[in-house]
Amino acid sequence: MMNNEKKPKEPLFHIAKRPAISWQKAWGIRVIAILLAFLFSGLVIMMLTKQNPISVYATMFDGCFRTEAKFWQLLQEMALLLCVSLAVTPAFKMHFWNIGAEGQVLIGGLATAACMIILGGKISNGLLLVVMIVASILAGAIWALIPAIFKARFNTNETLFTLMMNYVAIQLVSYFAMVWEKTKGAGTVGEISFGWLPRIGNNDYILNIIVVLILTVVLYIYLNKSKHGYELTVVGESENTARYIGINVNKVIIRTMLLSGALCGVAGLLIVGGKDHTINSSIAGGRGFTAIMVSWLAKFNPFYMIATALLLAFMQKGAGEISTVYGIDKAVSDIITGIILFFIIGCEFFINYELKFIKRHKEGE
Amino acid sequence: MKSMKKIVAIVLAVVLVGALFAGCSKKVTPVAGFICLHDENSTYDKNFIDSAKEACKALGLEEGQYLIKTNINEDNSCYEAAKDLVDQGCKFVFADSFGHEDYMIKAAKEFPEVQFAHATGTQAHTVKLDNFHNAFASIYEGRYLAGIAAGLKLNEIKEAGKLKGKTAKMGYVGAFTYAEVISGYTSFYLGAKSVCPEVTMEVTFTGSWYDETAEKEAANKLINNGCDLISQHADSMGAPTACETAGIPDVSYNGSTVSACPNTFIVSSRINWAPYFEYAIKATQEGKAFDTDWTGSIDTESVQLTEINDKAAAKDTQAAIDAAKAEFAAGTRKVFDVNTFTVTISKDKNVNAKIDKEGHLTSYMADVDTDENYTPDTEVIKDGEFAESSFRSAPYFDIQIDGIELLDVNFG
Repeated sequence: MMNNEKKPKEPLFHIAKRPAISWQKAWGIRVIAILLAFLFSGLVIMMLTKQNPISVYATMFDGCFRTEAKFWQLLQEMALLLCVSLAVTPAFKMHFWNIGAEGQVLIGGLATAACMIILGGKISNGLLLVVMIVASILAGAIWALIPAIFKARFNTNETLFTLMMNYVAIQLVSYFAMVWEKTKGAGTVGEISFGWLPRIGNNDYILNIIVVLILTVVLYIYLNKSKHGYELTVVGESENTARYIGINVNKVIIRTMLLSGALCGVAGLLIVGGKDHTINSSIAGGRGFTAIMVSWLAKFNPFYMIATALLLAFMQKGAGEISTVYGIDKAVSDIITGIILFFIIGCEFFINYELKFIKRHKEGE
Repeated sequence: MKSMKKIVAIVLAVVLVGALFAGCSKKVTPVAGFICLHDENSTYDKNFIDSAKEACKALGLEEGQYLIKTNINEDNSCYEAAKDLVDQGCKFVFADSFGHEDYMIKAAKEFPEVQFAHATGTQAHTVKLDNFHNAFASIYEGRYLAGIAAGLKLNEIKEAGKLKGKTAKMGYVGAFTYAEVISGYTSFYLGAKSVCPEVTMEVTFTGSWYDETAEKEAANKLINNGCDLISQHADSMGAPTACETAGIPDVSYNGSTVSACPNTFIVSSRINWAPYFEYAIKATQEGKAFDTDWTGSIDTESVQLTEINDKAAAKDTQAAIDAAKAEFAAGTRKVFDVNTFTVTISKDKNVNAKIDKEGHLTSYMADVDTDENYTPDTEVIKDGEFAESSFRSAPYFDIQIDGIELLDVNFG
């Protein structure tokens, strides 16, 4: 301790990377973070709205579970969000920042709607469904393929490219909403009567949910048990390593983005054919961006994503209920969602790193 | 599959806790439910929300007896919202945006014991369901009166020698190119023209009901084009605030924007929905049938003007408006009097119209019964007037009259 006298301003703590942490401890940290999040957003609720936070939280649960229909809606929302999350996962795991899921979903939806409007009533419903499936998957895949090719060939920045493709998709959808509008000039297509995905039993929601759960299992296997999954992980970790061991990086980028876009196309199909039966530029509803959160929070594990998608769907639906019941601006519920996410994401820091408080050296006195 | 088990456990826990919470909350049964496309940041939705609260209060409904759902898109979420309101016990469900209509009809078919009403829609008189209703108001009369205020202001600017061009020119920010908007800007223009015959107008469209940036840009574009006064039919504060910044007078819509625009706000027309809500909710409560297609008017207090802002308005504006109002009541003045405007027919313009030598309308076939091909089905020129909102409540005036120039036809 030679320079003891020279550091009166020794920092209170320093940050160090944790060695492996037991899962009990990791979950302990997460639970504490969630409790803190609820406590903190409770304070904010009290300050902003003068409402009792407990009853506000109860309202959130109410909004998701009060009736059977609400519960199914929650599961459907979870499924659709999960579908887009599954879509972005392979690309993100490859460290290809696909911010364009919103546009890929929209284009998939647009292709679906085009089939429903143009072919509806002219071919048999079964054939129409097949055409819709093919068209939506192709449309989503092509929308993702364009930035992938540019990335592979010219090393363009995929974040900007995919982001801008979103706006192109939005404008295309707005244009076609005008072409297909029901009342001249109103810009709304209205409910399309052909090409609805079949109902299972008497339930409007269950088909979408089943399809997405199947995709979840398939994607899990693809990512973790297949050669493709291994290759894209290596490309994500280090392109040079991938090249060194003989992986064709460009091929992997294009193949993975095709998959990512195709899955987004499926999401568009489920939204337009299985839920909304119309097309407008808000059908993707921001899922393309929320999905990134779902995927990251779950550390790219499709099964964990079920839980994170459920959490986000829950908060979205709950937030809507809060604004209805208390007549407060939706911004307040968005603030609550933001706070909770902040804590959940923030706690990952404390799982990976630890604060080491520095003991004062008594002998210096 | 250890992780699977964990997830199932988490899901179950969430559900159980949810059930617990749901069990302990108590609530009064709601009577009326309202579905809004946006929230109170949109002047359009705010107008509905304010009217709904006012009407429910007048009917003696407490908080909790009416529910307002905001930010409901024009897709299946409208149906889901309607269904949820019914599940909670609402006997009257209302939606405020044009694109909600198909989904309200879907809900109406599923719940025949609940009354569904929809503003600005066009299908109630053709789907013929006992429990599905359309409503609108003769807002063209309100816009005409607001147009008089605009015309007088232009005269005042002209007398002061401060016109930007040789003749007075107005600018109008519209949302979409369909009848509701066309009817609105045309009546506004005709009101201004009734006191300032030389006036012309430029119209630009944003392709959205709520896009603050686009509306602001549109207003600025019109101001740069040399417009002396602006009005709008889009729902954000974009155009009014652009006018305040540029110091250009603005005739607003949906309600007063005077607090944000104290120097430039002249007056605003609005539909007061409270009379309709009171009428329809009361009928629902009493189990009586009510109109399939209801059109409010100045008489029902559905069509209103806000207070005039003396700081921006021309002198004697109130007197001129009152005089015109009295003439409406007496039937001596009509908004779409065919002798007050001319129409030009070309290959792609006004093809459903017939005109005389001077260019005045003699016949017009409108698409009143909405269909996919916009088939013109009804003759709407009656007794020297375009009979707006008399064959159905929602406007169907979609003629491009002389003196109004469309700068663009926006596809969003």
